[in-house]
Amino acid sequence: MKTNRQKIKASGSDRAFDLINILILTLLLLLVAYPLYFVVIASISDPKLVATGRVLFLPKSFNLEGYKKVIQYSPIWVGYRNTILYTLGYTFVSVMVSMLTGFALGQRKLPGVNLFTGLFIFTMFFNGGLIPTYLLMKDIGLYGNPLIIILMGAVSVNNIIIARTFIKSTIPGELFEAASIDGCSYTGYFFKIVLPLSKALLAVLVLFAAVGQWNSWYNAMIYLKDDNQMPLQMVLRDLIVIQSAMSSSTEAATVGGDAAAQVYLVESMRYAIIIVSTLPIMCIYPFLQKYFAKGIMIGSVKG
Amino acid sequence: MKTKTKLQASGQPLSLGRRIIQFRELYLFLLPGVLLLILFNYLPLYGILIAFKDFKVKLGILGSPWSEPVLKYFNRLFSMPMFPVILRNTLILSFYSLLAGFPLPIILALLINSSPGKHYKKIVQTITYAPHFISIVIIVGMINIFFSPSTGIIVNILHKLGLMSGNLEVLMTAGAFPHLYVWSGVWQSIGWNSIIYLGALSGVDASLHEAAIVDGASKLQRVIHIDFPSILPTIVILMILNSGSIMNVGFEKVFLMQNSFNTSMSEVINTYVYKIGIKEAQYSLSAAIGLFNSVVNFIMIILVNQLSKRLDQGSLW
Repeated sequence: MKTNRQKIKASGSDRAFDLINILILTLLLLLVAYPLYFVVIASISDPKLVATGRVLFLPKSFNLEGYKKVIQYSPIWVGYRNTILYTLGYTFVSVMVSMLTGFALGQRKLPGVNLFTGLFIFTMFFNGGLIPTYLLMKDIGLYGNPLIIILMGAVSVNNIIIARTFIKSTIPGELFEAASIDGCSYTGYFFKIVLPLSKALLAVLVLFAAVGQWNSWYNAMIYLKDDNQMPLQMVLRDLIVIQSAMSSSTEAATVGGDAAAQVYLVESMRYAIIIVSTLPIMCIYPFLQKYFAKGIMIGSVKG
Repeated sequence: MKTKTKLQASGQPLSLGRRIIQFRELYLFLLPGVLLLILFNYLPLYGILIAFKDFKVKLGILGSPWSEPVLKYFNRLFSMPMFPVILRNTLILSFYSLLAGFPLPIILALLINSSPGKHYKKIVQTITYAPHFISIVIIVGMINIFFSPSTGIIVNILHKLGLMSGNLEVLMTAGAFPHLYVWSGVWQSIGWNSIIYLGALSGVDASLHEAAIVDGASKLQRVIHIDFPSILPTIVILMILNSGSIMNVGFEKVFLMQNSFNTSMSEVINTYVYKIGIKEAQYSLSAAIGLFNSVVNFIMIILVNQLSKRLDQGSLW
């Protein structure tokens, strides 16, 4: 009797738990998703209706003016081109360096391996800071050179540790000894065995590097000076951060008449820009989702 | 391990020179990383000297005279009226971020983990990860657009609900800056930061749950008495690691969110270094602030690592 009653009570409270759980998760889902959804519907609605708060749940009077404006605005495409080049270059360099270094630092028999590991780890704890780095880059001529965007930050100690741990834990060291008896060099082993066996690791490293570079603007702001070399995010910064700060303070004064229409159009262009610049990554990440947990777990727990 | 001893036994011990030649390929593997490391991480260290010198660009780092007294720029830094302000702002932003941003991903992970629907779980995860991939520029742009004084959606909704009339001044109010900064950060990273806890939760032994169900434990009880304790070590370690960067508020978002109305709350150490260093070219003073910050961060990280090592041995097994 008693156990029976307990069971019923328990399942009742479990149902309540499930219900509350789903409710909270749904609320959270809406809180996270709504701003994103709103940007999408605002970008394809009549800017005036958006600005006056009449677009909340569904797009109203379908309008692609914002996108047209964005497509005609050439600095965005220059930025897009630069960002693609930087992302490809940086991702290649960064992933290659992480893999090569992670592999080499994982060889315990390598003389001096602890010294090298220490050399890398130390940079996680201490750095020269902005000003000394800036002055050095000016001295050696990397200031203003797009190469700096590809090289700076390509050594990520975190990624090296991820690579080292992954290779050590998934590829048995005996494999190399077997291969070396057959006359395989480290180079051959690395390219023919380690890289093909590290697909999950490569997926994580490529994703992290590519997203990081796609979204970065700080190094470009500090070390580049030519508008034609600026990455997409710098162009976006001018368009949606600096100018909206400006328009925020002048907005009140200009609402009314043609000036208002102009303000609305600029707003709509901003929504369109957000979509255009974020879409590539938004389309890619769900497919790599299964690798996230792995990458993060190796990186933070074992590091 | 076994093969290692076998190989060593088969040949004579090699001299260091021989061994270096034997491993030359691996040194070649290390070369690109080490070169980049020297260029971007070690050579700049030498530039720290300028914090102790009256740096003149024309004279170079070595040629510039030592400042009189050597700690001149540090003295100037500590007596600056801006110094307590940027220190306070830095600490407010990081403590607030930690307080709001740390527990929520844990709760989210526990909720997702114990949620009944398999597909629903997946959807929640995919959607909550999305903001992590949006750039800081876009995030700040979205804040500016949403909170825009007369056309933003927030002001429009407030008007609709009759909670407010007129313009919304949030972006121009210094006091609102920390809230905007922290909660937009929570919005962006709650999903992503929950991944590590979900990973830890997936390692929880299923037999614990089965035994608890047999004993009549409810779901809530199992979350509190099984799930939470199992991820506690992860929580403790992440908590410690996070507190190591308490003096290190990221430059990018603060800088982008700054405007002339909110600097009293939004000027932090990193943005100030940029302002007086790159913009005003007061290199020595700026390098001194940078060095002060690096040293404090260094001490914090060392402390925190010691602590986590000790706990790691003590509390896990």
